[in-house]
Amino acid sequence: MVLEAKGDGKKKLKVGVFSFTGDEGCVIVFTELLNEYFFRWRDLVEFKYARVIQQKNVVKDIDVAFVEGAISGFKEEKMLRKIRRNSKRVVAIGSCAIDGSPSNHRNFFDEQTTREIMPILRKFPYRKKVSPLHEIIRVDETVPGCPIVEESFLNILNKYLIEFGIVGRDSNEKGGKQ
Amino acid sequence: MHQHSFDINIENLSKIEGHADLYIKVRKGEVLDAKLKIVENKRFYTQAIRGKMFNSVPQLVSRICGTCSVAHLSCCTEAVENALDFKPSDQTRALRHLNMYGLMIRDHALHLYIFVLPDIFGVQSVMELADKDEDLVRQAFIVKGAGNRLCKLVGGRAIHPIFSGVGGFLKLPEKNGIKKSIEELYSVRAFATELIDILLESDFNFTRKSNYVGIANENYNFMRGEIMSSEGTCIPERHYWDHLNRVVIPYSQATGFRFEGKEYTVGALARMNLNRHNMHPDTLHDVPEAVAKFPSDNIYSNNLAQAVEMLHSIDNAIEIMETWDFKQEPRPVIKPKASEGVGVIEAPRGTLYYLLSFMEDGRIRYGNLVIPTAQNQIQMEKDIKAFVPELLSRDMERHDIEHEIEKLIRAYDPCMSCASHFLKVRWEDG
Repeated sequence: MVLEAKGDGKKKLKVGVFSFTGDEGCVIVFTELLNEYFFRWRDLVEFKYARVIQQKNVVKDIDVAFVEGAISGFKEEKMLRKIRRNSKRVVAIGSCAIDGSPSNHRNFFDEQTTREIMPILRKFPYRKKVSPLHEIIRVDETVPGCPIVEESFLNILNKYLIEFGIVGRDSNEKGGKQ
Repeated sequence: MHQHSFDINIENLSKIEGHADLYIKVRKGEVLDAKLKIVENKRFYTQAIRGKMFNSVPQLVSRICGTCSVAHLSCCTEAVENALDFKPSDQTRALRHLNMYGLMIRDHALHLYIFVLPDIFGVQSVMELADKDEDLVRQAFIVKGAGNRLCKLVGGRAIHPIFSGVGGFLKLPEKNGIKKSIEELYSVRAFATELIDILLESDFNFTRKSNYVGIANENYNFMRGEIMSSEGTCIPERHYWDHLNRVVIPYSQATGFRFEGKEYTVGALARMNLNRHNMHPDTLHDVPEAVAKFPSDNIYSNNLAQAVEMLHSIDNAIEIMETWDFKQEPRPVIKPKASEGVGVIEAPRGTLYYLLSFMEDGRIRYGNLVIPTAQNQIQMEKDIKAFVPELLSRDMERHDIEHEIEKLIRAYDPCMSCASHFLKVRWEDG
């Protein structure tokens, strides 16, 4: 059966956009993708959590969580687990989330430099090492790049729009675009 | 007489770049404590750049901040070239200006349209704004898109540009792309002017005295000039650090700064207060009413200042692309040596400072960075402390007070990713 290619505005993909330790470059790319896709996604996507664009956010009942950044602090680790518990799919976006770099410089510091930053690590406090998401939770998909490659992000989003029955299977255009 | 007692604790402020918490303690109508905590985790770039080669470090520091990566890259490149006594060609300078104008358009547009306009229209997000005024949101994304495409044209990418390097650009913008960008920028001028009109009508007001600091020059460019303050200081860029005092804020992941011993403000408001007369003639001609609002001590004028800067950046970008015929230049040879160099530019949120010291083989011995949001931190906190009693006197509910303070913080357009990643602090344990 071919589903209607255009969303009917009722059933939407429930998306979360999360940011951990990093430069937010991937989330900025997401805000730049809105230039072209805002009105298209308005019919297809409901943002349950996207602190960068809205004030009211919940970590609950999420279909797909897009997560940027590496995990450097304990609070982040806790939040990441919460995201995993409340999301059907988790996508690591950008190289910090995928392999920790370039947010994980301190993992490679020599002894002297590590000693230098130790008071800060203890004070706030930080985890012993900076970790990519997959070292802490199960990750379903990745969108590579520093920052993310726009095309790959659109492909993954499109894949889930189809998988969750928001758009029809013949809707192969990127990002749910007709 | 208002005898309110309450605590405000906002974790993770929304619609800003990066992560920050706010804590306010009010007892019997008196603000006992107000703390703005930058909770963004540090990535220790100051340490990470040591030992890296002079020609690779701009790409590395670009990763300090996604949204203003062009600013970090440009400022770092300037510091490297100053250290190694290299003078870029006029064409390279023009391209760097063009890249910075593109950054200002897309970054200011993000802040104004996506973060600020929902506040002005009394809604919680750009999605709700689209339900109220769809045309305005369409304009928003067209303007933002024009800035984004200009950045891509010049830098190869909008975030972490790949064409820009020490010595010059690896690839020149394509002629056809330039033609299209000029047309696009002409077409968005009217939208930028409309945004200025909306902000002119806004009655958001919190007026306080501050010292405004920023680069001033003959054509209001963001790359070079002298550092001026509204209290009358005028110093060469390379001496900026000598006028700063670093202040450790124990609960924040970023240090604060004072300028000549006092809190100060950097950013679009400071630049407009100091240098508005030197803006592009077309900008001055088309929005005289907006320009006449400055100098201003109202922190919300920072929004209007950004909008005028957006128009100014559009006009300058058009002018550069219409006058220059970019031609491939021979790649310069830059020799490393033991040296030290300073780069100072105006990033979207204010003055950005890089000091880099090199070893003989071109590797970095030491780096010192001063970031705009960190410089505004002390003034921001002072404003919050003064703002709460004013809100209490208006008999506001706690929830509304929270929202008003968020709006105030947003007016500074803080970027926490930037603020928390540069410093070297030795905390005293205990």
